Parts: sequence; structure tokens; C-alpha cells
Amino acid sequence: MSYITKSPWIIHYDASSCNGCDIEVLASLTPLYDVERFGIINTGNPKHADIFLITGSVNEQNKEIVQNIYAQMPEPKVVVAIGICASSGGVFRECYNVMGGVDKVIPVDVYVLGCAARPESIIDGVVKGLAVLEERQTALKEGRSIERKVVEVNRSAGKAESANESEVSL
Amino acid sequence: MNLIWIILFLVLAPFVGGLISGIDRIVTARMQGRVGPPILQPFYDIGKLFQKEKLRINGMQNFCILSYLVLIIVAGAIFFGGGDLLLVGFSLMLAHVFLVLAGETANSPYSHIGAQRELLQVMAVEPMLILYAVAFYIVAGSFTVATIIEHGALGISYIWLLPGVFFGLIYIFTIKLRKSPFDLSTSHHGHQELVKGLTTEISGPTFGLYEIAHLYEVVILLGMIGIFFAGAPLLCICALVLLYLLEVFVDCSTARVKWQLMVKSSWLVIGLVAFVNILALSLFW
Repeated sequence: MSYITKSPWIIHYDASSCNGCDIEVLASLTPLYDVERFGIINTGNPKHADIFLITGSVNEQNKEIVQNIYAQMPEPKVVVAIGICASSGGVFRECYNVMGGVDKVIPVDVYVLGCAARPESIIDGVVKGLAVLEERQTALKEGRSIERKVVEVNRSAGKAESANESEVSL
Repeated sequence: MNLIWIILFLVLAPFVGGLISGIDRIVTARMQGRVGPPILQPFYDIGKLFQKEKLRINGMQNFCILSYLVLIIVAGAIFFGGGDLLLVGFSLMLAHVFLVLAGETANSPYSHIGAQRELLQVMAVEPMLILYAVAFYIVAGSFTVATIIEHGALGISYIWLLPGVFFGLIYIFTIKLRKSPFDLSTSHHGHQELVKGLTTEISGPTFGLYEIAHLYEVVILLGMIGIFFAGAPLLCICALVLLYLLEVFVDCSTARVKWQLMVKSSWLVIGLVAFVNILALSLFW
């Protein structure tokens, strides 16, 4: 039995941009949305975290910080890029210091679109991440190498569409 | 020593502790207007931690956490087996010394500050544990839990004779539960200003061992409070439930204090209430 889907602890990092998605991630923890219903805890400690929620585009200054947080998380782990900036760089994409989406720096598993992403779609993105997490848990147990699949969560529908599935090598 | 009680403690304590912790999280959530996690959430958390990758930062830390767990279990076995109260106190202290060492072995500054704060917490708590044993010795004439409970069943009402000691123990109960306002070294909640304080560098299965040790410790502390009501089991359970709800309420309604306030206030409470209680007893009992 896999406990990991019942107790996914998250770490949250705001790479840059406008803080809109950042606020929405915190909104998911409030009484209205209450993600602790699913056993989700906002730990703030990469060594205890299973899911890495990252908002905003990555720039030259925090590239290493993002990589560092990712490296410190024990397997199995999942990265959820929240908002259009984290997915592709958004309106900041062309800035001289912006590297683009989070996937330029670390492998991303779930993209949650939207500007700002709604708490509903953020929770949906985390739940989609759980499936990936469980798959990785079994892979780890059987000694297989971990495959990275991409899932996209649409803002307007709030539903996951795995149309954009592609393999990303680590 | 009563072997049946020791075995019952070893087997049941993590489950009882886990259920208490699960109810605690639901009550906390309801007090904050949330729904809260399932009641079995602490078991899911620990189960998950044991399935995670082992990220060992050094060999020492694992050993320290394991010693912490073993010594907590030893303390509980002595207590529930009807052994010596002083030994229970010393085992608990030694267990926490190992926990401090586990924090100090890591390189993280958060872990170091957490470990130093844990030492301060031990400092704030330890006088009370000694006075607790002394108080029971004065009233019951023995340090052994078995004799104390026997005397309680014969009609000595500890709660009427030792209200000050009882209050002092409740005060340090908050420190021991790692609840606000005294969750300085590490918090039982997800977030703390020192990332996760003492447990920052403890991850995966090792963190699972730490969590299990904490569950055992909660049961030991509830037992230590429970023997004030020896001879009245119904009253004992009611008192423990009320007390725990009070702890949750305090946890939800207070902010974390500085370490100075924690040490000073706990020593003040211990000195003014518990020590005066013992002084009065030794003069008039």
C-alpha cells in the first residue's frame, strides 16, 4: 500500500514575477480550500517535502536556489509549476535576466496554467501530481529508473488534460 | 515490574498516541474553521516517511535518533511497568540529550539553533520532573509507580494534596508536546521560523523514528499526569481529555514566545507553585 498519496507534504517557492500565484498557493491552505483535508502539509523544508510547488519564472539569480531545493528533496518527488510564468516565462519571457519556465532548470511534472492560477486548479494540479508520485514510488520499489511524464492542468476547465504527454530526460 | 503492562505499552502506545495526535489535528482544524485531515493521518504520515528515500547526512544522526527512540521506550516501560519515577525522569532527559546531539551532528544552522533551543527546553522542564518525583515520594513514601498507585487506590487523593505540582506539570506539558507558545526547538505543525528547527536535517525513515518516539512520549506524559487521579479511573480519563483540549486551545490561540520567557516563566511556575506545594507538604504532612 502506498501512503505517499495520502500524505503529500509540499514545499513552496516563489521564483519571481508578480506574487499572484504565490498568494493563490497560500489561499489553498486557508479554511475555504483547506488542503490539509488531503493530508497536505506546507512544510517549508525540502528534506521533508514530496511535492515542489514553484511559482513565477526562473531568473539567473535564483536558478541555483531552485536546483538546490530540488536536489535536497528525497525521492520520490514531483515538481508542479504553477501559473503561466512558471510554465513558460509568461510576459517576462523576453526579459534579459529571465531564463523562462521552471523546466529550463529542473524537470517539471505538472503544469498548472492560469494568470493567476486559481486555488481550484492548483489543488487539481497537486492531485494530478499524486498519480505521478505513486508511479514513482512503485518504480523506486522495483528498482526501475524514474520516468518523467508531463501533465497539464487547464485553468478554465480546471480539469487535467494529459494531451501534452512527452518524455523529458533527466 | 509488571510485564503485562510493559508489553501493552510497547504495542499499544504508538496507536494510542497516533489516534490522540489525529484527533488533535482535527480539533485544531475545527478551531480554525477548517475540516482537517482524516483521523488516521499521523499513521499515513509515518507510513510514508518509511517509504521515502534514505538521505543520510552522516552515520551519527541515525544512531542518535534511534537512541532517542529506545530511551523514550525504556522510560515508558519503567513507568508503565510500575518502576522508579526518578529513573523515568532520567531516561527522558537522556533521550533528549541524544535528540540534541542528532541536531548538532548536522551542518545546518537551523538544526544547530533548534538543538540549542531543545537544550533550553530540557532546562525548563527538568526541575519539574525532579520535583514531581519528590512530591510523590513525600506523599506516598516511595518513588515506585506501583506503590504510588496502590496508595492512591487505598484513598490518598494526590490531586488534592499536590495541586501545585499538578499545575506545574501541566505547564511543562505544553513544552513537551511541542505546542505553541513553547514550540521553540521544532514545532508539531508544518512551519516554524527555523525552517523545521531541530528536525530540519532529519528526513525519511529517520524522521519516521523521531515521530514514533514523539507518540510514545505523549503517552508517557499522559500517564504521568494520570497518576494524580490514581484510584479514580473515570475522573482520570475525563481530566486527561479536558486537559488535552485545553492544550489544543492554547496552541491555537497563542503565538510562539522567546526562549527567555519560556525558561523564566516555567521556572517561576515551578518555583512558586510546585515548590511551595512541596514545602507546605513537607511541613504539614
